[in-house]
Amino acid sequence: MTSTADFPHAAPSAGAGAIAAFERDYAETRRQARIAWGVGTAIFLIVFAVTAWLGDFFKVTQVTLPDGSREWRWIIPAGLPRLGEYIAQTLPSLSWDTLGRDIGEWFWRWQTWLKLLVETILIAFMATTFGVVGGFLLSFPAARNVAPNRWVLWICRRYLEIARTVPELVWALIFVFCFSVGPMAGVLAVGLHSTGALGKLYSEVNENIDMRPLEGVTAAGGSWFDKIRYGAVPQVLPNIISYTLLRFEINVRASSIIGYVGAGGLGQEIRTAMSFQEYTDLSALFLIIFATVALIDYLSEKLRHRIIDMEAGR
Amino acid sequence: MSVSADRIDAARDRLPGAFRVPLPVRLKRAAAWALLLGLFCYCLWAFNFSPARIWTGLGRLGDVLSFMFPPYIWTSWAEFSEILEGLGETLSMAFIGTILGAVVAFPLSFIGAKNINRLPFLRHSVRRGYDVIRAFETLILALIFIRAFGLGPLAGILAIAVSEIGTFAKLFSEAIENTSDKPVEGIRASGGSRLQQIRYGTMPQVMPVILSVLLYNFESNVRSGTILGIVGAGGIGFLLSDRIAAYRWDEAWSIILLIIAMVYVIDWLSALIRKGLIGEQVTPA
Repeated sequence: MTSTADFPHAAPSAGAGAIAAFERDYAETRRQARIAWGVGTAIFLIVFAVTAWLGDFFKVTQVTLPDGSREWRWIIPAGLPRLGEYIAQTLPSLSWDTLGRDIGEWFWRWQTWLKLLVETILIAFMATTFGVVGGFLLSFPAARNVAPNRWVLWICRRYLEIARTVPELVWALIFVFCFSVGPMAGVLAVGLHSTGALGKLYSEVNENIDMRPLEGVTAAGGSWFDKIRYGAVPQVLPNIISYTLLRFEINVRASSIIGYVGAGGLGQEIRTAMSFQEYTDLSALFLIIFATVALIDYLSEKLRHRIIDMEAGR
Repeated sequence: MSVSADRIDAARDRLPGAFRVPLPVRLKRAAAWALLLGLFCYCLWAFNFSPARIWTGLGRLGDVLSFMFPPYIWTSWAEFSEILEGLGETLSMAFIGTILGAVVAFPLSFIGAKNINRLPFLRHSVRRGYDVIRAFETLILALIFIRAFGLGPLAGILAIAVSEIGTFAKLFSEAIENTSDKPVEGIRASGGSRLQQIRYGTMPQVMPVILSVLLYNFESNVRSGTILGIVGAGGIGFLLSDRIAAYRWDEAWSIILLIIAMVYVIDWLSALIRKGLIGEQVTPA
C-alpha cells in the first residue's frame, strides 16, 4: 500500500544518464508492484474458490420452468423469485376503504405482542444491569495498569474473552437447559455476553486513565479499593455511561432474538409464526421490532449527547 | 503544616459546592437510582428469579460445566471431519458474505458521500436506506433466506452479505467524506476527468480505511456466523445446537472451545494482515 516509490540508487545527477536511471528504477518498482498485485489476486481467488465451494455458493439446483419441464440452474437466480414470493406473502392486504379493520387484522395478536415487547425491553434492561455490574467489577482487575497482580489479570481477561466470544444465542441454549424456558434464561444469557463485551470496553477505558490521582490516593494511605473508588472511577464514569447506553441498544436487539430458542421476549412469536405459517404475523413482528429498536436508538442517542455535552460543559 | 478544623469550616462556607452536591441534584440522583432499583426488583419478581429456581439452576449449570473436564476428544476421523467442515463452513460464510457485502456496498457508498454526490435529497434518502438495512438482524435475514434458498450455508452467506451492505456503505461513505480534497484538486488541475479524480485522488486515501473495516467486520462476522447454524443457515452452530439438544454436553463444550480457538486464530491473523497491508496507524472506525 505504499503510495510513494523508493528510488534506491538514483544519484542526484543531471542529464540523460539520470533519466535512464529513473526509468530503470521506475520500471523495477512497477514490476514489483505488479508481482505483489498478481500474488495477492491469486491468493484471493484461491481463498474465494475454496470458501465458495465450502459455502455452496455456486450450487446448481433443479427448478421447474413455467412449461412444467425441469432444468438445472444456479441456485441464486433460481431462489430469487421464491424470495420475492415469500416477502409478498408476508405483506398484509391493506385497502384504503377498510384500513382500520385491515390493520386490526394484521396486528390481531397485539395484546400478546405488547406484553412480549415489554418483556423484551425488560430483559434488555436486566441484562444490561448485570452486564454493567459484572463488567464494571471485573474491568479493574482486567486492566493492565490497575490490576492487583498478574494472575488476577490473566484470569479476569480470559473470563471476559470467553463470555463475549460465545454468542448470546449459545449461552441462551445452555441457560434454557439449566434454568428452564423463560425470560430468566434470556436475562442471564444476554447479561453474561454483555459482561464480556462491557468488561473489555471498560478495561480499555481504565487503561487510558491518568495514573496521578491513583498515586495520590496511595500516597495518602488508601487501599487498592480506595485507589479505584477515588482515583479511577471519577475519570472513567462518563465513558462508562456512554458505553452502557450503547450496550442497552444492542441488548434490545439481542433480546428480541433469543426468544427463538425459548429464552423469553418477542423471538418466540417469530418462531411460532414461522411454524404456523402465519406470514402476515411475521411482517407485523418485524415492524414492531424495527420501530422499537429505532425508537430506543433515537432516545439513547439523545441521552448520550446530553451526557457528553454535560461533561464538556464542566 | 496541618489543616485546622476551623479553616476547613471556613472553606466549607466559602465553597459549599466543593464539599457537598446541592440538595436538588442529590434528590434527582436518588430518584433516578430508586427508579432503576424499583424496575430491577419488579423484573426480579416478574421473571420469577426465586432463590429455589436459582439454586436448582446453578446445580444443573454445575453438572453441565463438569462435562468440560476432561474435554471430549473426537477419536474417529469421520466424526472430527464433520466438526472441521462446520468450522470451515462458518469461515466461508463470513468470508464470502463480507466480500459480497463490500462489493455491493462500494458503489453505494459513493452515492452516500457528501463530497461525491452533491444532491442532498438523493444522498439523504440513500443514507436512510443504509439505516433500514442495518436495522435487520442477521438472524432474521437468515430465516428469510432459508425460505428462498433452502437450509445450508448459502442462506447464511446472503444474510451476512445483506446486513453488511448497510454497515459497509455507511462506514465507506464516512471514509470517503473524511478524505482530503487536495489530491483531487491536483488531478483536476492537471486535466483529469471526474472518474480519474476519484480513482487517483480519493481512492488511495480511502483504501487503507476500507481494508481495515473489511478485516474488522470479517472478524465480527466469524463470531456472528457461529450462531446462524442454530436456525439452520449452515456452519458450526448447527452441530452445536444439535449436540446441546441431544444433551451431549461434553461434545458441545469441545465445539465451543474450538469456536473460541478459531476466533482467536482469526483475530491474530487479521491483526497480522492489518499490520502488513496498512501499517499500525489506521484504526477501524
